[in-house]
Amino acid sequence: MRVTVNVNGAETSAEVESRLLLVHYLRNTLGLTGTHWGCDTSNCGACTVWLDGVAAKSCTMLAAMADGRDVRTVEGLETEAGLDAVQEGFVEEHGLQCGFCTPGMMMVARALLDRDPDPDEATIREAISGNLCRCTGYENIVRAVRWAATHEAAARIAEEASV
Amino acid sequence: MQVPAPFEYERARTVDDAIALLERYGSEARLVAGGHSLLPMMKLRLARPEMLIDINDLADLDYIKLDGDEIVLGAMTRHASVLDSPLLAEHYRVFAEAERVIADPLVRNRGTVGGSLCQADPSEDLSAVFSALRGRAVIRSSSGTRSVDLREFHVGPYETAVGDAEILVEVRVPIRERTGSAYEKVERRAGDWSIAAAGAFVQLDGDTVEDVGIGLTAVGAEHFACVQAEDLLRAGPATPAQVAAAAAACAQACNPSADQRGPEDYKRHLVGVLVGRALSRSIARAKGDVS
Amino acid sequence: MTATESPTADISRSPAGNPLGFGRMVRKEDARFVRGQGHYVDDVNLPNMLHSAILRSSYAHARIVSIDTSAAEAHPKVKAVITGKILEALNLAWIPTLSGDVVSVLATDKVRFQGQEVAYVVAEDEYSARDALELIEVEYEPLPVVIDAKHALDPDAAIIRDDLEGRTDNKIYDWEAGDAAACDEVFANADVVVAEDIIYPRVHPAPMETCGSVAYMDKVTGKLTIWSTTQAPHAHRTIYALVAGLPEHKIQVISPDIGGGFGNKVGIYPGYVLSIVGSIVTGVPVKWVEDRSENLMSTSFARDYHMHGEIAATKDGKILGLRVNVLADHGAFNGVAQPTKFPAGFFHIFTGSYDYPAAHCKVTAVYTNKALGGVAYACSFRITEAVYFVERMVDCLAFELKADPAELRMKNLLRPEQFPYMSPTGWEYDSGDYPRALTEAMRIAGYDELRKEQAERRAAAAQPDADPAAPLMGIGLSFFTEGVGAGPRKHMDILGLGMADGCELRVHPTGKAQLRLSVQTQGQGHETTFAQIVSHVIGLPPEDIEVIHGDTDNTPFGLGTYGSRSTPVSGAAAAVAAQRIKDKAKVIAAAALECSVDDLEWEHGRWFVKGDPTQGKTIAEIAMAAHSSLELPEGVEGHLDASVVYNPPNLTYPFGAYICVVDIDPQTGAVKVRRFIAVDDCGPRINPMIVEGQVHGGLADGIGMALMEVIAFDSDGNNLGGSFMDYLLPTSMECPSWELGETVTPSPHHPIGVKGVGESATVGSPPAVVNAVLDALQIRQADMPFTPAVVWRALQGRVLRPDLAIE
Repeated sequence: MRVTVNVNGAETSAEVESRLLLVHYLRNTLGLTGTHWGCDTSNCGACTVWLDGVAAKSCTMLAAMADGRDVRTVEGLETEAGLDAVQEGFVEEHGLQCGFCTPGMMMVARALLDRDPDPDEATIREAISGNLCRCTGYENIVRAVRWAATHEAAARIAEEASV
Repeated sequence: MQVPAPFEYERARTVDDAIALLERYGSEARLVAGGHSLLPMMKLRLARPEMLIDINDLADLDYIKLDGDEIVLGAMTRHASVLDSPLLAEHYRVFAEAERVIADPLVRNRGTVGGSLCQADPSEDLSAVFSALRGRAVIRSSSGTRSVDLREFHVGPYETAVGDAEILVEVRVPIRERTGSAYEKVERRAGDWSIAAAGAFVQLDGDTVEDVGIGLTAVGAEHFACVQAEDLLRAGPATPAQVAAAAAACAQACNPSADQRGPEDYKRHLVGVLVGRALSRSIARAKGDVS
Repeated sequence: MTATESPTADISRSPAGNPLGFGRMVRKEDARFVRGQGHYVDDVNLPNMLHSAILRSSYAHARIVSIDTSAAEAHPKVKAVITGKILEALNLAWIPTLSGDVVSVLATDKVRFQGQEVAYVVAEDEYSARDALELIEVEYEPLPVVIDAKHALDPDAAIIRDDLEGRTDNKIYDWEAGDAAACDEVFANADVVVAEDIIYPRVHPAPMETCGSVAYMDKVTGKLTIWSTTQAPHAHRTIYALVAGLPEHKIQVISPDIGGGFGNKVGIYPGYVLSIVGSIVTGVPVKWVEDRSENLMSTSFARDYHMHGEIAATKDGKILGLRVNVLADHGAFNGVAQPTKFPAGFFHIFTGSYDYPAAHCKVTAVYTNKALGGVAYACSFRITEAVYFVERMVDCLAFELKADPAELRMKNLLRPEQFPYMSPTGWEYDSGDYPRALTEAMRIAGYDELRKEQAERRAAAAQPDADPAAPLMGIGLSFFTEGVGAGPRKHMDILGLGMADGCELRVHPTGKAQLRLSVQTQGQGHETTFAQIVSHVIGLPPEDIEVIHGDTDNTPFGLGTYGSRSTPVSGAAAAVAAQRIKDKAKVIAAAALECSVDDLEWEHGRWFVKGDPTQGKTIAEIAMAAHSSLELPEGVEGHLDASVVYNPPNLTYPFGAYICVVDIDPQTGAVKVRRFIAVDDCGPRINPMIVEGQVHGGLADGIGMALMEVIAFDSDGNNLGGSFMDYLLPTSMECPSWELGETVTPSPHHPIGVKGVGESATVGSPPAVVNAVLDALQIRQADMPFTPAVVWRALQGRVLRPDLAIE
């Protein structure tokens, strides 16, 4: 069957088996290997992407289910203006070590900050509770999200002040 | 990664579409909504439907609304919406409390009320909640709509009253005044299935229990409920002694199995503890406690 | 939630703002990872590449009667199907393990654990490969199963390794260390002897990325290139050469980015070998990547030590001796990755951080019908088991004496003046100030206030109107000594390869440098920290130093990264290489400045003429001079390079003091970790931010193992921990906000005094959590993981054994 998916703002289309998982459409069909996978039972969250603006596990979705829809992956976080504040936060606060869970974590973090620009520690921990990390012990991931929240708040204030 | 066996795929654009597809493809077709129960089983090749009918386009089944003296949840309502619903928070806090401990936030973004109920996993928290509240399931087929009590909806593990060419469209829950509700769950880790869980509502008339519902998760309770405990409490005083008696009745009546989550004696004990806590907090909330 | 400040002095910064040496700097490798441009094995895609999958046994012990692959071979997308019979013809059905045993690549006679490899399919895509697995028919004849290590040596136990000639039982070896006679005397006369049975259950490293490889045997050039998830690429290359008879100079092992290792990615798995065979057979690249259940069921597990210990002490709590008998469950093959002379790894460091003369251990290793492994999951070669054992025994002693566990430890800790300290089992601890670390941990924790709070809660719980749901508060300690940086080559080799590591440093004409390492990062930040080591010695900016690793064609030989050995061994090599460059630079500077070498003084990054600082040359200038036509003194070669093979004189001994606070719901058994305080001493910290990150990760491991991680088996040998629904890893919800502290005690023998820290927290944290739980329950001993059921059963006095099925 043919699927047509808007990925990171660009239309993609391919002839695929109906059973092709979205994570494999992204990684293998499109070559976007920034989205990872780490389990068989929808537990680890390494495969997290956005589907129509909502964070979800791409290993538990068919490419067919994304047909006609919008998908956003880690490759879509950076723009011409530069790295997303979430990406900067992960670098500044050492929120990653091996980098394998990181794309999923950042997609969740970006979605969180879009709906709650000033989350406290408990809120952040709950938001990422579907994403496993074996390296960081989560502490610096929480700090990275706080860094991004603080940074974006300051940028908003600066922008408002300059208007 | 483990991947599913081959299958055909169709997307339903309307409910009638979905029913027509089910009729055409028969028992080898399965509906897929959020897919977070079905797709993992298909990846492990424990489930091998020949046809998947994708109903994610049925946005008109995604609602939580008031309809007369009932709250109605469309079958395509995502768990995340149930968790965040102000309407449900106002009337039945048991929903948010259960949703917070169902799976994880990402799964809740996709999983649906209908999908979870129809999957009929014996450890499904929402099944116990709807059973406790004595909701009604509304099922549609090409010959019309019928209503099934939630306490008759679950026929057995992974088996419901929904027929091959039928689709669950909504679940209805009666609004009750002077009511408090709560959910208590113990799990080995955030996101794990319950070792045991209990959901309850208590409707008070002064200090008397006017009505009560008790739902039990993951302990083999018939229809996810404990009728003996409810009968014991109904029309009696809302006292700690009564609560303790009801809790003991639940522990006695359920049928937990030993597994790596725990041995049978612990699970029975846990049921007693959690029913007691769910009832106590429901009573407190019925009396106006907002904590 | 504040980061701790390192006591290392603030030093000057580079043009990019990075410290010229030790200090906090963000990581260079992050630039690709945050963009999703990490390059992991499953990201490797080559032209004409095929995919593959392994058929695995569902039986734990069974004879293979027949294998019919005809239907799989007939699948239109299948290119090859390999069985053990085919491998036998290539002499590849069995390969050596890292412990002198042999292991099946594909089973031939029998399967010996659930999940063992039985057949291999190569196909056009991974979906077809998986489909084809279902088309292979295997007829098994089930055999009796040996699951409980305690029964592995029963007279009627089935013999698992009948492939080995002369085998009449399931014993692998007996090994001992220490002085049994001295112990007998001490124990016979001691005031107090406490005996206890302690299990460190089977757990799994479970990195987020599973294991895999892409192999390409180029028939024209005869070169084998294999990308794989390996923590030790050179060791793998040598072993492939020995095992497959391929010329070693024609083998290139590439470790691209690795998504976590933790000791899971040290050994050579059948899948890697099969991908090589697949490529030889098909003539194109073949990719093999395991799924998560394969990872959990067949790759290197960790621990599985059943220990019977005894601790002897005076009635005032002075420890006199410690002895232990260990039953070690190795699974169906002895596949532990550890130095040859140490079949039980470094377990005999179980004497711990305390001062007493008498110690003895005996380790009996057995085969069972389970996957192979044992040394993995940040164990530092069984030091996790050793530390867990001693820290639990000390708490058992405290329980018996009704003594405060912190006081008891303080009374017995080795004193700074005793270092270097030779332990009763032959370990020379290099340096340490233990009481200071424990004091610091207690200060950060507010230990006395915590005990006061606990006393108040206990008093309240004893009242008649007490709330039965009031949480039980527990405070648990752990003090650990680690031994890392294996190791001196005369004592330490793996499969005959000495554990010395090489390092090459080149400074290019324009003053930028490349450092080639033998070790292999899996997230530890080597691209940054090793640049900082070189910067520390020669003052080049870290951004001007490129770290190259993970490619055997482009890096010097070494034994890889595990056992926290990168900083102690390779870090030393890098420092020595940088020192040699600095010394050579001095000579060249003298030539360029037309003065004597004795006239020169060093300031960070620059040699200058004493008394005339304007007359000097930076390293960059010296590099250009070294490549120019400048005339150099007799015997001095041009360019500015150094190559070192570092043979460490000893291990290094990081240590730490940890305190955990828990609250337990007495009615449900649910455990909540309220706080975790960790004071670590790994010597000077190259990058404090990275050190803290390493500690954070290891502390989460402790929560995992203490509260939820276990691989249990039922009596048929079914693996009950074969998915992430069953093998539970801690999430952000179970982990508190870690509270870190530090002390700094440099290693006297390491060129820059650093000790290594990668595994410290994984070693030290489980006993802290377990001691806290048992403190809360006021029970002397029960085994982890403390799931709610286990806690409740412990309170009932009917303990659950963690490694077996719950019935």
